[in-house]
Amino acid sequence: MKLRTALLLLVFWLPLGALAESFDYRLSPYRVADDSYVFIGKTEDFTPANGGNIVNTAFIVTRDGVVVIDTGSTRRYGEQMRQAIAKVTPKPIIKVFNTHHHPDHFLGNQAFKDVPILALPATIAGEQAEGDAFANNVYRMAGDWALGTEPFPANQAVQPGHMTVGGHDLEIIGWGGHTAADMVIFDHTTGVLFAADLVFYNRAATTPHAVLANWFASLDRIQKIPFKVMVPGHGLPVMDNRAIDQTRNYLHWLDRTLRDAARNGAEMTEVLARPIPAEFSEIALVASEYSRSIAHLYRSYEAETLAPASH
Amino acid sequence: MRRLHCLLAAALMLPVLALAEAGDDPLGSPAWLDLKPSFVGNARVVFDDRVKVSGPKIAEDSLNVPVGVRIEGLPDIERVLVVADLNPITKVLEFSPRGALPALYFRMKLQQASPIRALALTKDGIWHAGGIWIDAAGGGCTAPSIGRSNANWTATLNTVQAQAWENDQQSRLKLKIMHPMDTGLAPGIPAFYIEKLSLRDARGHEWMMLKTFEPVSENPVFSFDFVGRTPPGLVLSGHDNNGNLIHAKVAK
Ligand SMILES: [Zn+2]
Repeated sequence: MKLRTALLLLVFWLPLGALAESFDYRLSPYRVADDSYVFIGKTEDFTPANGGNIVNTAFIVTRDGVVVIDTGSTRRYGEQMRQAIAKVTPKPIIKVFNTHHHPDHFLGNQAFKDVPILALPATIAGEQAEGDAFANNVYRMAGDWALGTEPFPANQAVQPGHMTVGGHDLEIIGWGGHTAADMVIFDHTTGVLFAADLVFYNRAATTPHAVLANWFASLDRIQKIPFKVMVPGHGLPVMDNRAIDQTRNYLHWLDRTLRDAARNGAEMTEVLARPIPAEFSEIALVASEYSRSIAHLYRSYEAETLAPASH
Repeated sequence: MRRLHCLLAAALMLPVLALAEAGDDPLGSPAWLDLKPSFVGNARVVFDDRVKVSGPKIAEDSLNVPVGVRIEGLPDIERVLVVADLNPITKVLEFSPRGALPALYFRMKLQQASPIRALALTKDGIWHAGGIWIDAAGGGCTAPSIGRSNANWTATLNTVQAQAWENDQQSRLKLKIMHPMDTGLAPGIPAFYIEKLSLRDARGHEWMMLKTFEPVSENPVFSFDFVGRTPPGLVLSGHDNNGNLIHAKVAK
């Protein structure tokens, strides 16, 4: 273990130097519609170079104050997000939403302790149960960017339904499939749909808590929403169905590949060695996410193929 | 392209064999020289690319890391050891492919990044080694088994599920045995694991013998491969370290 730490230090010491001193994510809001802004993360996994700036977070400037949607991967990210919002508007932050319990979406909550943080009940339970492990993992992967990051779970359970905030008609939708509870927020006033991690665009979908059948059902329902702009959880915002289609096509292929392999008796290491179709080669991290998804999902497909043996 | 590949492989082969003769380790493991005598004594070890180990580059789930061992074109294999150099318990399992193909697929717990090596002993007393590195986040061996937190684990202990896939050329038998496979490294939980498994046909002939150790995953799944169809009337028998027996008909 010690030896490995030493090796890691050697590897990362040189390129990190300059960046690490300032720990500046250089967050710059991208305006997608009236009152509506997105901080667009890199389509990468956590690394010491990106510090965990790998997720889209957003805010809506309403008449009465600012609504924040997801808080990023670290305490520093949440703090810098708040500073960047203050450059756009002097209005106070009045509500924060956590769309689901994944670390890149809520570990910035510490910077919003003075504001109600709202999430679906199952999301709050997930943040409480897995927050410590997530924070350790982000620190292990992103390094000192995550110093001082502690899980601060959402403190107000929210039920699906309409909510008017400062003149914006926000529809809070509670679906699932990416995790047990995935919140989607549709701003009827602007037509912006915050789809969070039910939709990935040009970045492979992640499946550590996924139930694919539920995910497909959620995608079908998202497609029926008359949005003008969709903000995916990862990848650039879009104005049409291309991100939904890409997420669905990739997950359908994953589902079919794993089911067929299990039915043919394939072993996990054999499934790992299969090629990924060219149509998905433009999607960032597709090879590593495919490999991770086998670890998350294959054993449940396999279980369906085994029958009790008699004594 | 293919030719270039072969040329490259040939160029790489020479130094690898040379290193092996010098007693060095192509996996560059810091622990191997210390471990080697306890597994093979003073016997000769050659690194042999006929001994193929497969697995992920990174263990996403350190409690269930898939590993495949497949040996092709190496005759007279007596037994095969699988060792994880840097695991707190290094010996993972050992198998003797009596009539089955010299191949085995399983999942294991991995505490940290480690070489996973297979060592095949042939009748001439030489060990043939192959292996890969698997990176891991940790926690695989010191975490309690999940089944232990399920009060029902005793009701299903040592029950078996199985499936065979076969045609006239080849067959595969996959089976799953319900068992906590506790390593003894989690506080307050003693080691409790399957020690021995054997596959015999209706006439009592043994086709595969397997000794398993603590690092094998909870509710272990194994796949075995055979030339032609599965031997008729195949029965799995074995026991864990507490003397609980395993017995199940696993093929027609
Ligand atoms: Zn997510």
